[in-house]
Amino acid sequence: MDVEILARIQFAFTIAFHYIYPPLSIGIGLIMVIMEGLYLKTGNKHYEVLTRFWLKIFAITFGIGVATGIIMEFEFGTNWAVYSKYVGDIFGSALAAEGLFAFGLESTFLGILIFGWNRVSPRVHFISTIGVFLGSMFSAVWIVVANSWQQTPAGYHIVGEGLQARAEVTDFWAMVFNPSSVDRIIHTWQGAFLAGTFLVLSVHAYYLLKGRYVEISKKAFKIALSVATVISLTQLVSGHSSADGVAVNQPAKLAAMEGHYETSAPADLYLFGWVDDENQQVTGLGIPGGLSFLVHQDFEAPIKGLNAFPEEDRPSQVNAVFQFYHIMISIGMFLIGLTLYASYLWWRGTLFDKTWLLKIFAFSVILPQIANQVGWFAAEMGRQPWIVYGHLRTSEGFSQEVSANQIVFSLVLFLLVYSVLLLLFLYSLNKKIKHGPYDEAKNALEII
Amino acid sequence: METFLGIDYPTLWYLVVGLLFSGYAILEGFDYGAGAWHLFLKKDLSRRIAINAIGPLWDANQVWLIIGGGALFAGFPVMYATMLSAMYIPFMLFLVLLVLRSSAIKFRSAEPMPWWRKTWDITYFVSNTLISFLLGVVLGNVLQGFEIGENFTYKGGIFFAFLSPYAILVGLTTLSIFMTQGAIFLLLKTEGRLHARLTFLLKKGMIFFIISFAITSLYTLIFVPGVTDKFKENPIFFILPLLAFLAVANVPRLVSKKKYAYALVFSSLTMAFLLMLVAFQLYPVLLPSNIHPEHSVTIYNAASSQKSLGIMLTIVVIGAPLLAGYFIFLYKTFYGKVKLDDSSY
Repeated sequence: MDVEILARIQFAFTIAFHYIYPPLSIGIGLIMVIMEGLYLKTGNKHYEVLTRFWLKIFAITFGIGVATGIIMEFEFGTNWAVYSKYVGDIFGSALAAEGLFAFGLESTFLGILIFGWNRVSPRVHFISTIGVFLGSMFSAVWIVVANSWQQTPAGYHIVGEGLQARAEVTDFWAMVFNPSSVDRIIHTWQGAFLAGTFLVLSVHAYYLLKGRYVEISKKAFKIALSVATVISLTQLVSGHSSADGVAVNQPAKLAAMEGHYETSAPADLYLFGWVDDENQQVTGLGIPGGLSFLVHQDFEAPIKGLNAFPEEDRPSQVNAVFQFYHIMISIGMFLIGLTLYASYLWWRGTLFDKTWLLKIFAFSVILPQIANQVGWFAAEMGRQPWIVYGHLRTSEGFSQEVSANQIVFSLVLFLLVYSVLLLLFLYSLNKKIKHGPYDEAKNALEII
Repeated sequence: METFLGIDYPTLWYLVVGLLFSGYAILEGFDYGAGAWHLFLKKDLSRRIAINAIGPLWDANQVWLIIGGGALFAGFPVMYATMLSAMYIPFMLFLVLLVLRSSAIKFRSAEPMPWWRKTWDITYFVSNTLISFLLGVVLGNVLQGFEIGENFTYKGGIFFAFLSPYAILVGLTTLSIFMTQGAIFLLLKTEGRLHARLTFLLKKGMIFFIISFAITSLYTLIFVPGVTDKFKENPIFFILPLLAFLAVANVPRLVSKKKYAYALVFSSLTMAFLLMLVAFQLYPVLLPSNIHPEHSVTIYNAASSQKSLGIMLTIVVIGAPLLAGYFIFLYKTFYGKVKLDDSSY
């Protein structure tokens, strides 16, 4: 295989693996802030037990998130040297801001969070929890800003030509608030909240099914369900807004997401389908003119099709982009239905009576994870063949001086170490869940 | 070119990057160094205490690596891209070892089985030792220069080319100074027999440092061309190696007086002086080219635009005091000897 493909595989693999953990941390972080806040407000020990329990799980996800995140930071330079030179001027300030404003905050206060129970007052501990949570939110902001700039560049000009060409920032705020930043940050945050809250829902649904820690699990479940319901619903709004933005800024990506080839026809909105790229046809169930309506509020309006773009300027993996995008949406819809129904039962006072529903919640933990992954894939594959949309091709961005052998070597290392890491993560997560929240907290209380 | 206090932006950013790398070396120096002594501590409890000595701090200390890397990317993208792609193998090893090291810290105490702990103990020891060594190896390569051709593209590329004798020497020196730093830090955090054992180990560490430092200095003077040119022009800077030497000579005195915090300050100063020495020697070059001096990556041809550097200097001016505040609070909270409790690793 050639260097470009290997470099892409390595990047996709390392970032997909990384992207399991930060969203979990952000979501669990939010739930922890609520739990600890309730503890301080009510003095109810149950909330303290919950906070301590979720902190243990938070610590593992955060740790793996950081470890795998450092790799991402340096992989730009090792594997994408040309790209790094091209975007350094822009990407750099976002990364610098991330380090100083976000990562500095989360990492320093993490130590207080985990080891500081007996060393700082409950109030200071709570403030530290908020600090870590905000830090993780800001991290997401700056990373998504950097990525959004790649999707919809703004606030820059290009200097130099050929191998010397690079983007230079002309307007910092235009660069930060480029056309897709805000939509994508909100959408990413929401995806992260769902990843975390659904882990909380899953674990406590499991306890409820087993009849363990029933009282505190009901409390935790309700907290997480409130968040999950609001977020799933509002996710729809940010999702729609993002898609609108894609229609304006990256029309080729939108066409690929819906497998739309001919500009003249009104564009259908598919619920599911299969794209036959050779014959330029989609077989599936769709709403005729639905995409036209969503973008232009008119069922007849034409949407730019893939054929309107030169072959070399549009994504080649149309079916993959289509499928990833539609899996994300289907999961989103399912989560809305699930949380709304559960909230309705809560209102009726029968939330914890239905075993089958708790079982669905116990297994649903995987769904936001899948949605996050495939959503990200759709966004990144839809951007192809550009690494910086409209300016630099992926095939021009990789490190020319690195050999295929070197990448194979590092890729094998990553595969080995990450497999071990995933096993360790699942193992210790499972162990902490099996062990339960109460015993650990009781031990901690005895020491005090 | 825009200036601040008469210093141009690339030079200012060079100082920022230098400061961040010094912070990284000093703080992660004691983390890595403590880990490099791990197998020299025999009892399970001693090893646990050693890990928990850095327990609340190591995640925060890692911030300096992340900000340092980001600052290099941001300020000198050409340097960042050229160095990382040229040093592909050592950096990949470094990154994978970082992951293994974090895992060892997190998972070592999760299970009581001897085989489990032994596996993680070895992982922890090896990763810390090799990380320290590899950092020095990269530094050695930078000092020696790279085969950089036109457009700042690396022309070398043999798999293990980065392991030159000189790079190995610098690697060992870095390891030895980290181990010295680590042993002093552990002295600060421990009591009793473990403390006595560490006093003994610190002596070994210092001997290791003095020997490797002496050999590396000699080798540099004899075999690395041009290293002393700058100093011949500005003899005043000979004060830097002298200060480094005086700082390190002060350490045993302070340790025997049991003033460990001061000893840590002085071994940190040693590192700072040595890095200043490197920074001064290189300036304004970041990566010397072995092919032709004109191809060298300098702070001027590698720098981001004036506008971008200006923005980032603003970010630093706002962000650095915040970060300093967090660190002071963190280190104050965890000052004192290690006490194991339920939240420990």
